[in-house]
Amino acid sequence: MWRGDSIFLLQNLIMKDFRIRYRNMSLGVLWSLLNPLVMMGVLTFVFTMIFPNPNIRNYPVFVLCGLVPYSFFTIAWISGTTSIVDNSGLVKRVPVPREIVPIASVLSNCVHLVVQIGLLLAAALLFRGGANRYWFWLPLIWVLELIFVCGMALATAAFNVYIRDTRYIVESINTVLFWLVPIFYGLEAIPAKFAEVYQYNPIAALVVCLRDILLKAQAPPAATLEKLTAVSMLTFVVGLVIFQKGKRAFYDHI
Amino acid sequence: MEDIVVFDNVAKYFHTHSGQMLLRDRLFHWMRPAPRFYALRGVSFAIRRGESLAVVGQNGAGKSTLLNIATGLCLPSEGTVEINGRLAALLELGSGFHPDLTGAENIRINAALLGLRRRQTHQRFDQIVEFSELGNFIYEPLRTYSAGMVMRLAFSVAVNVDPDILIIDEVLGVGDQSFFQKCLERILEFRHGGKTLLCVSHALNTLEGLCDRGLWLDHGRVLKAGPVQQVVEEYKRSNGVAQALTSAQTVA
Repeated sequence: MWRGDSIFLLQNLIMKDFRIRYRNMSLGVLWSLLNPLVMMGVLTFVFTMIFPNPNIRNYPVFVLCGLVPYSFFTIAWISGTTSIVDNSGLVKRVPVPREIVPIASVLSNCVHLVVQIGLLLAAALLFRGGANRYWFWLPLIWVLELIFVCGMALATAAFNVYIRDTRYIVESINTVLFWLVPIFYGLEAIPAKFAEVYQYNPIAALVVCLRDILLKAQAPPAATLEKLTAVSMLTFVVGLVIFQKGKRAFYDHI
Repeated sequence: MEDIVVFDNVAKYFHTHSGQMLLRDRLFHWMRPAPRFYALRGVSFAIRRGESLAVVGQNGAGKSTLLNIATGLCLPSEGTVEINGRLAALLELGSGFHPDLTGAENIRINAALLGLRRRQTHQRFDQIVEFSELGNFIYEPLRTYSAGMVMRLAFSVAVNVDPDILIIDEVLGVGDQSFFQKCLERILEFRHGGKTLLCVSHALNTLEGLCDRGLWLDHGRVLKAGPVQQVVEEYKRSNGVAQALTSAQTVA
């Protein structure tokens, strides 16, 4: 029924979000840098001064490799979760494909992400010196994270229409995730029997891949990449199916 | 001529007092379903290409629900709906408008929402601005606009989308006389181009001028369908009787 241009609309919605967010901020994009830098400083202080770990070198870059994917995931997932309810005016008034709303909401956080990846790469260059050919893996693994977040957001956005508590559940999961993703510790520290399971979490897998590429200058392990790809794709498909089911009665519940 | 909108025995109900969308309310109502409220019941009609239908009825008669179903915003609870063609709904002017963005930025977003493609939006941009008569204000943020200016902008986008079916829900009441005339002319032009119109309004005289068929809804049911003059005539008469009754009661 709606025969518009989904890509054009998506682009417009993302630009809208971006403009609104940054037009009212004097420091603009600098805010995206502040949060990871502060967290990096605090965690570096705690884990080099209070609980020193001699096995980890370049701790600031090490921890940033964990913080950037984690903070993007949490922010994008939450904004995707609440997107349908937040944009009820749009959902109730315009017959656009509903999938576009959470996806646009997730993707509009990419401005933050690009800035933070820039910071991460700059830190890697500074502490490790020089890029390597494995950097070509970076676009692929970030795209996989995006696919994963979109899948999660589609599912929870649909749930959130029917049960508004969903966003609080998502927030709690995010808090727990801070400890269950190897952000301030390495994969090596995890006992062997858990290490395998850990990598089925795409965020953890992404962190592992990033550290291999940026710190160890080696290709990410194939097994981890496979898990990252499989789980991300599967999540997206499942998220889409849940959303398709849920969207039929969005109008009646928002 | 083909049927462009077909409603077959359509009903739409909502659950009354279903509480908030919180976990406890959901669990409670899952165990004890809330009673149904029928907004529409047994509604059947068809509009052919090039026809135009006016829907009249009192507040809460189900007019907006009918338009929302026709637009595909919500699904009917019972019955079937068939729609062939691109819709442009003026259900609420300026969907997706944001006060912090400029008029020009809002035009692009609104056009994309209403289904214009990238190239079409670029091509029609000047036309839209010209129709709105907003001049250089188009590059100012929307929050600096008056209500009339916002309406002009929204209407200018909507009429330039060039849909197969135009759906108008009580939005013609805003704006000054000259702009209103211009909008009416635009809609008539659209009608002469063989497009379909579905219109809800309490401005009965405007409806008689714009549409050729009428549908009178009362408490979710079709009371009368037929040529617009007849339907509007009868609707007016019943309102007249109701008014006479109320004033009589007030006097007594």
